[in-house]
Amino acid sequence: MRSVDAFIALNRFGLGAGPGGDAPLGGDPRGWLVSQLAGGVPAAPPGRSADELLTEVSRARLDGQGEQAIRLAMERDFRPALLARGAHLVQSEAPLVERLVLFWSNHFTVSTTRRAIAPMTPAFEVEAIRPHVLGRFGAMLRAVVRHPVMLTYLDNPFSVGPDSPDGRAQGGGVNENLAREVLELHTLGARGGYTQADVTQFALALTGWSHGGHPGSGDEALHGRFRFVPGHHQPGPKEVLGRRYDEAGEGEGLAILDNLARHPATARHLATKLVRHFVADDPPEAAVQRIAGVFLDSEGDLAEVARALVSLPQAWSEPLAKVKTPHELVLAVHRALGGEAPPPGDYLRPLRLLGMMPFSAPGPQGWGDRARDWLTPEALMTRIAWLRGLTPAGTAAARGDGGEHRRRSP
Amino acid sequence: MRRRDFLAGSCAGLLATLPQTRLALAHAATDRRLVVVVLRGGMDGLAALAPWADPGLRRLRPRLAPGRAGVIDLDGYFGLDAGLRGLMPLWQAGELAFLPAATTRYRERSHAEGQALLENGTASPEGARDGWLNRALLALNDGDARLGLSLGPAVPLILQGAATVQSWSNDGLPEPGADFLTRLGLIYRHDAAFAAAFEAARGSARPDPALLAGIDDTLFLGARVAGSLLAQTQGPRVAVIEMQGWDTHINQGARLEGQFGRLTEALLTLRAALGSAWEQSAVLVVSEFGRTAAENGAGGTDHGTGGLAMVLGGALGGGRLLGDWPGLSTGALHEGRDLAAPNALESLFKAALIGHMGLAPAQVDESVFPASAHLAPVPGLFGI
Repeated sequence: MRSVDAFIALNRFGLGAGPGGDAPLGGDPRGWLVSQLAGGVPAAPPGRSADELLTEVSRARLDGQGEQAIRLAMERDFRPALLARGAHLVQSEAPLVERLVLFWSNHFTVSTTRRAIAPMTPAFEVEAIRPHVLGRFGAMLRAVVRHPVMLTYLDNPFSVGPDSPDGRAQGGGVNENLAREVLELHTLGARGGYTQADVTQFALALTGWSHGGHPGSGDEALHGRFRFVPGHHQPGPKEVLGRRYDEAGEGEGLAILDNLARHPATARHLATKLVRHFVADDPPEAAVQRIAGVFLDSEGDLAEVARALVSLPQAWSEPLAKVKTPHELVLAVHRALGGEAPPPGDYLRPLRLLGMMPFSAPGPQGWGDRARDWLTPEALMTRIAWLRGLTPAGTAAARGDGGEHRRRSP
Repeated sequence: MRRRDFLAGSCAGLLATLPQTRLALAHAATDRRLVVVVLRGGMDGLAALAPWADPGLRRLRPRLAPGRAGVIDLDGYFGLDAGLRGLMPLWQAGELAFLPAATTRYRERSHAEGQALLENGTASPEGARDGWLNRALLALNDGDARLGLSLGPAVPLILQGAATVQSWSNDGLPEPGADFLTRLGLIYRHDAAFAAAFEAARGSARPDPALLAGIDDTLFLGARVAGSLLAQTQGPRVAVIEMQGWDTHINQGARLEGQFGRLTEALLTLRAALGSAWEQSAVLVVSEFGRTAAENGAGGTDHGTGGLAMVLGGALGGGRLLGDWPGLSTGALHEGRDLAAPNALESLFKAALIGHMGLAPAQVDESVFPASAHLAPVPGLFGI
């Protein structure tokens, strides 16, 4: 019989039991989790880089073939990348680390709803999220905000300082989408104490943060890597959250990001989300304070934060406090069924029906993380119908031939 | 056999310990229908209903302002975006009204918070955990008649709450057997959250499968299913339809034309499916906020304040251009950048709940939109 602690380690902090059951835990559920954090981040599932894909699409766009190139990349790259990721998660021996990848990937959502970057969204996770889940939050934040996929998802390549050389020559204006979402979603949180003026000033500091290959960049730089475009950058000092940043080109945005990464409001915002994800929909205040404190004391060391999550007493007291998201459910089922790479029809299809196609959240706030977001009447019935359809008996029952009953008596 | 009525079969006895299911509504409290269409992302009201004759529009939007030729003129000042052309017969029939320069009590610019206020009906993002439309259902009935209908796998916040709502989504999966569901029901009994969702899924009305043929688009399918279920004499009375994709920070011209075209088709699909019930229907089309009055550097607009609400239906009872219009002069803009919002969406919702659905004003002020007595129902609609 599985102990409650083993159940919690496998489900609250993992992706469900695999074919080995409790054996990997070696009788020490907490130790099993902590040892995963010491083991480093496992190699990423295979796939082409965002640079390669963006460059390919940019070249095609010059020939008026951009849309065709994206369609092709969705078929040849995006879909195989999703399936490889699914297999990787089903077979993972460090499921806590993978849960952290999924958490941070959702925290820094990019989505196929923006067609231009749709094929590169899995590569974004591999390049900007995965390497940092056991590293520093500040490093992850820099990697994310400088990544071409995030820059494009939140419209920054089109943001032009009104007094920049390009702004004066061609008109144009600042686009505040990236600055606002970094403050609201990625760092301080909506109640984090910033104003509209902070958003605007931060957006001005980020003017020029772009990448090669977007339609305004000309054909001299078709690569899909970060590129600072001085001609877009608003000159002069900026003031964000009461702190003055002298004109420093690309450096202004970096300095602001570094300060945001260690802001107490950021610690609180991230701690609330982490505790909600791993402990309870209504995060216990003591647990939030504990995690926020570890985040600040460790200067955003995410491995330290993860160890603190595992050692929260609240995490080991309420075994059934969280409802699995559709992705967690589907992964857990395939792990329980033996850990084979799931066929597309039993992986992507239920995710589509349950409204959680990977990398397709409707907005930059990502997927919801409470029972009320997922445990709805229709979704529960869809979960049941999908699970029932997975078994031979279920298939027979659905045909109405009574096979369900015949199978029981050999 | 459909899974929602499995209890009607021989297994009913096994579930004696569960509450009785309802396969048909005992009684609908009203013959009025209310549909709320939530446009997520912040719909640009100045594009949908452009004050094309205002010189301020061209000053603020040198590239985006449509001009006379780019709109369907309504009154010499406002004009409809061409993508909304299909709604003109409704306008001419007096079945379409606009409330421009409107938003909720929210005055900041976060999608998540703006949508929370739009749906929870309070003055703050964490002001309530349930939706105002669900509270209105409670006020309309005892809360167990399943008068509300949610479309898609998730129930939006606006419909979440103590009143059980029906739901429908198109999963296309084979129905699990009745015995299997019966056994599951016994297991779920011990988990309040799962039991509640499981119970709510049963007893939901089901659309005629023939209705689902020939439509792939989830939005149009939802509109058709909502209309046909609302049209049933014992069917739901209130439905919510959601539409994504309104956060137009770049190149919004072409994108919005497509969005407006889809919205028009969805609304016309809904009207067709409602049939004669259209005469008893009101449809409110709202978004969490409007967008900046000025265009940004990328042919788009950023998050703003005053937006646009549209009201449709055979039960409009007058009203075409509603509310106060603040204009586009620099001094009139909210914080110097957004269309101001002298009109409250809560006032529109109240007009629909009181004038159309027949709720008592005191009940609406107390339980549906708490602490909002200063926001009077929009006059000129639904006989108010």
